[in-house]
Amino acid sequence: MNCGHMKKKLVAYLDGNLAIAERRQMETHLAICTACQERAAEFRSVWDVLDELPVLEPSTAFDNRVRERVRQEPIRTGFWSWIVPSPRMAFAVTALLIASIWLSSFQPGRLAVTHPPAGATVQNTEAEFGMIKDLPVLEDYDVLTSFDALSELPAQQTSQSQPSNQM
Amino acid sequence: MARSDVQLMLDVKSGDDSSFELLLRKYRMPVVNFLYRMVRDAGAAEDLAQEVFLRVYRARGQYVPTAKFTTWMFRIATNLALNALRDGRHRHMEISIDQSAGGYSGDGETEQPAMEIADRQPTIEVDLIQRDRADLIRRAVESLPEKQRAAVLLHKYQEMDYDQIARVLGCSESALKSLLFRAYETLRVELAPLVQAAQVQSQSSPAVKMRSSI
Repeated sequence: MNCGHMKKKLVAYLDGNLAIAERRQMETHLAICTACQERAAEFRSVWDVLDELPVLEPSTAFDNRVRERVRQEPIRTGFWSWIVPSPRMAFAVTALLIASIWLSSFQPGRLAVTHPPAGATVQNTEAEFGMIKDLPVLEDYDVLTSFDALSELPAQQTSQSQPSNQM
Repeated sequence: MARSDVQLMLDVKSGDDSSFELLLRKYRMPVVNFLYRMVRDAGAAEDLAQEVFLRVYRARGQYVPTAKFTTWMFRIATNLALNALRDGRHRHMEISIDQSAGGYSGDGETEQPAMEIADRQPTIEVDLIQRDRADLIRRAVESLPEKQRAAVLLHKYQEMDYDQIARVLGCSESALKSLLFRAYETLRVELAPLVQAAQVQSQSSPAVKMRSSI
């Protein structure tokens, strides 16, 4: 270790913060370098002298002023604290939340179901669904396409002719 | 069992203002003294210290204990002091220890802020010698460049470790060690008469000296 290295580590050495190996290097250097030895001793003395710097007592008004200013601070707790200073903001956000919840209760799917004819009941819808679901597999497509009687069947009869399929 | 600073601050965060009062009592002197040495004006130091505590209180909602409480608080204090010095508002305000001591100055002419020097009850003669020494030390410390001054105040009087001081000053530990070396080197020269006298007295003292805090 030379004097340049020593300068970088002198404060840490005097603080007792050097690793053992570094401390030994420092002590080896100090043993052979009078200038660094003197500097180290004088740094210690500087620290002693700095202890004499007078300690100042804050004025009694200081604490009161801090307390007063803290007392004037708005109460803020938790996530919603930013709303508290503004009742208007609080009202606006609350109204927006209520409106959002109300609007979300109208699901797009429900609004789109407009096909059932007037007077049709939920039961009819279920019957139609059951009929489609349980239709037997038609093996002869030509027979089906040329079978006119199917299209002439009234809707009510069709639903009534398949009661067992709903089970 | 005494609560740690971090725990006190977390209690402040959860709405316990009495914990803030404990932090105020504990750190009022260190913060005011640090700022006084930084801005060299007693009134300005108290104003800035108020601001420090107010900022700590205001930030309670967002407080996350990622570092020591003192690191965070002195970072606020240092930034405020450096900004005040750069603004130049306090640059030329030189108030001597006598002036800041008000009633202790003995002239009885002015009513300075009630900031007082801790009374050691010396005799008049010893008092004069001590005040001369204190004035020399004060001038030496206050004439250091701002960042060196802050480093010395945090190292010598707040007994912070290098990691803490480096965080406060926003520099690397290596840069901090260089900063401290340059600062103490300057003080060694500036305080040479006192240093040499102290050296004679402390020749038989142990190799490693403990730092003392305000």
